[in-house]
Amino acid sequence: MTVTNSFTWMIGGPQGSGINSVAENFAKSCIRGGLHIFANIEYHSNIKGEHSYYRLRVESKPPRSHVDWVDLLVALDRETIFGDMNKVHPTHRGHRHEVSPGGGIIYDRSLNLTPESFGRDDIKLFPIPYMDLLVDALKEFGKDKELSKYQVMVNTIALGASLGLADYDFDLATEAIREGFTGRKAALGDLNVSAARHGYDYAKKSFGEDAFPIKLRKQPLTGKRMMIRGVQAVAIAKLKAGCGFQTYYPITPATDESEYLESHQKDYNMIVVQAEDEISAINMATGAAHAGLRSSTSTSGPGFSLMAEGLGWAGITEAPGPVIILYQRAGPATGLPTRTEQADLRFALHAAHGEFPRIIIAPGDVVENYYDTFDAFNYAEHYQVPVILLTDKFLASTYQDVPLFNGDNLKVDRGDIVSDSDLAGATDYRRYRWTELGISPRAIPGQKGGIFWTTGDEHDEYGHITEAADIRIKMMRKRMRKIELAGQVIPDSKKATLHGPSSSRITLVGWGSSKGAILDGMEELKSDGIETNFLQVRFVNPFPTDYVQQVLGSARRKIAIENNYSAQMAGLIREKTGIGMDNTIVKFDGRPFSQNEIYEGVKDIIKNGMKEVTVSHA
Amino acid sequence: MLELKTYRTQVHNDWCPGCGDFGIVNAIQMTLLEMQLEPHRIAIFSGIGCSGKTPHFVNAYGFHTLHGRVLPIATGARLANPGLTVVAVGGDGDGLGIGAGHFVNTGRRNLDFTYVLYDNGVYGLTKGQASPTLPKGVKTKSMPAPAIIERVNPIAMAVASGYTFVARSYALDVRHLKQTLRAAIEHRGSAFVDVLQTCPTYNDINTKEWYGGEDLPVKAPRLYKLEDSGYNGSVVDPSTDEVNAKKGNALVKSFEWGDKIPIGVFLKMEVPTFEDQLALRMPALKDKPFVEQDIYNRDITPLLDELT
Repeated sequence: MTVTNSFTWMIGGPQGSGINSVAENFAKSCIRGGLHIFANIEYHSNIKGEHSYYRLRVESKPPRSHVDWVDLLVALDRETIFGDMNKVHPTHRGHRHEVSPGGGIIYDRSLNLTPESFGRDDIKLFPIPYMDLLVDALKEFGKDKELSKYQVMVNTIALGASLGLADYDFDLATEAIREGFTGRKAALGDLNVSAARHGYDYAKKSFGEDAFPIKLRKQPLTGKRMMIRGVQAVAIAKLKAGCGFQTYYPITPATDESEYLESHQKDYNMIVVQAEDEISAINMATGAAHAGLRSSTSTSGPGFSLMAEGLGWAGITEAPGPVIILYQRAGPATGLPTRTEQADLRFALHAAHGEFPRIIIAPGDVVENYYDTFDAFNYAEHYQVPVILLTDKFLASTYQDVPLFNGDNLKVDRGDIVSDSDLAGATDYRRYRWTELGISPRAIPGQKGGIFWTTGDEHDEYGHITEAADIRIKMMRKRMRKIELAGQVIPDSKKATLHGPSSSRITLVGWGSSKGAILDGMEELKSDGIETNFLQVRFVNPFPTDYVQQVLGSARRKIAIENNYSAQMAGLIREKTGIGMDNTIVKFDGRPFSQNEIYEGVKDIIKNGMKEVTVSHA
Repeated sequence: MLELKTYRTQVHNDWCPGCGDFGIVNAIQMTLLEMQLEPHRIAIFSGIGCSGKTPHFVNAYGFHTLHGRVLPIATGARLANPGLTVVAVGGDGDGLGIGAGHFVNTGRRNLDFTYVLYDNGVYGLTKGQASPTLPKGVKTKSMPAPAIIERVNPIAMAVASGYTFVARSYALDVRHLKQTLRAAIEHRGSAFVDVLQTCPTYNDINTKEWYGGEDLPVKAPRLYKLEDSGYNGSVVDPSTDEVNAKKGNALVKSFEWGDKIPIGVFLKMEVPTFEDQLALRMPALKDKPFVEQDIYNRDITPLLDELT
């Protein structure tokens, strides 16, 4: 039976073997052909040599998650197939068991593997003479003597073979490959196209048209689409929002965002500073915010731990920012430094001593990353609070194809800034003036008549230190009033969403990057006759208490789904609404939820009667 | 008209009577007046401790930050608005203990600003513990036992970190301090001024009398002026070996401590600032600081098209 345009592909190899560029070229050529992709990488904290793999899912309709099976596995090395179980300290058993029945494995013929060694009689084997084909490709350019220099290009041979087996339009791949090599590198583009062509032709010729049951066919394009990942969506939103100052200290997986910004800083006049540590990073950003610039910093858990102190200073001094992007990864300490987790919800909510207002938003996908980041700058300046965008490694590094962002309805709101004319002749400007709403009009340092003081000590309206009990009470109320206000002003539609029919007997509850897997899992459940809906909580603070109470108050079975050990959001919901979850599905192996894990988890609960389910396909 | 009181606030000053901090804050105010800098174009930043209260006494934009974090916060504000004259102040514990990493890395950037270190050898506000500049073996009256670890050398650290103006002065010599602060503020680049200072409450070793050399066999002030001794720390041509030679001289001088302690300018050189380097990358900033750039009409379509 032939399947068309529903395909999962995986390429694995040692870190440094170029699996990223190959997978991204494949993805791009699919998008150019009107298909839709979801592509995510898993890699080790290592520069060269350790096993990493890239997963690409191609569908006729946009996929929002990955699945745990592989239709076609491309192995650049033996370890990708069999794992490293022969080592003294083994870490994984390879991917051969993940290949779907009827699927196949592309591997290097020179490994001389016997079919029996795969331990599977339900899959197809596609041995390819990687090196011979590469030499042939290089010969066309007179480069075959420099084989060692071009050895990495076996990845492109394998890509070509994959395209050949899926019988996809080769011209689309040519285009995608060439785009990666511009200017002086253009010749390398031709070389790579030739390598892909050799793989393509070899696969078709040696294995025949029907060797592989899944085919990819071009579809009509549905408008212009981009291939974008979370860090890019955040970075572009920062540029759109008029952010002028970004600080960072190198850390996985946040650094990509800062590097993207630095590479575009010239066109947007944005300062990007690599600070000496995250303490400095947040404080520089807060200093810039106080000085009138929209500012931000990006980090992951270990860096955010260092930022706690600075967060408190931003809070008590009512700085108009910064916006902090927290790309969660598996902790604590160094944890699993290149793997994902949603375990910093409580930490973001409570980081730093004392009580002060902060806004925390947890976008669910690349598109929400963009809009929520843009809004974050408006909130920071409007309410004069630090804003934390709680996202994660998975969303940061995952590619999806989406329509181009439309920026027309996005408006910069800088909040209440005193004008020079307001200040003309003024002798009594008070930076922390009591107001009904708690927000004091702010001056920008440099403005005549706007001189103010600010301090991390409790302070009076002028910003001078005080320990007076009555002023303390007023100032605490003033600051905390702002978060109440934000809760009233920001519409529920931005804070939480109920996906699916409100009458469903089962309500899934989740937040952040698991949105895609939950939505796709719901469809799989539905095709199995199980109807569910999904409450996505997008605002952690101010919490959409009324809305969540209203949805969950009438829900029957409530299942929390979280990429952490203790179901932190479930706890927060109970705290805010008094409503407890009936079941939990958690995952804390450092890997993101797949579509099928949502399906399997829900089935375990409703068919097998399990109360708490932990899923993992590691 | 600008006068001394223009730079003063009405905030009650709660430093101990006789505190060296008074000399420093007075000298700062006098220097700003001498330079005829308008208060709204000045921003004073401080860390935590007695010195941390300084901004509240100066009529200028004032930022009383966190313990040890004065330099990052001042850096962010200065980069956002290079129209501001930025003076950061802090104690020796603040700058060289908890904030030592920031001290080093701020020097590397050569931001155009001034950092004034209130150097009295003790943590005053927490009641007199040894600070990073207290020499080994010294026991002040509030310490249970003498310090058993070595002191840091602020001047040598500043030279090694890349500050391009490195000087020392004395809180009780307001004339010298004023002159040094002015040179520091006028310097284009990161200026560091180590201000030796008495703490009459907790440091009963490095007292006014001690600095005056009253304990010496032949009574003579311990402090002497570098320029009077023929020392010249100014680099004329920073593109030559002169830089290393002058830094070497400064380092050697910086270790002079005891009966004779040098004050004055140890090193001064003009090289491109951090702001200059950023303007090379972003030429639009030559005309307009970041804070005045238009942020309402940024066109991101080229970035989106790149991804199609």
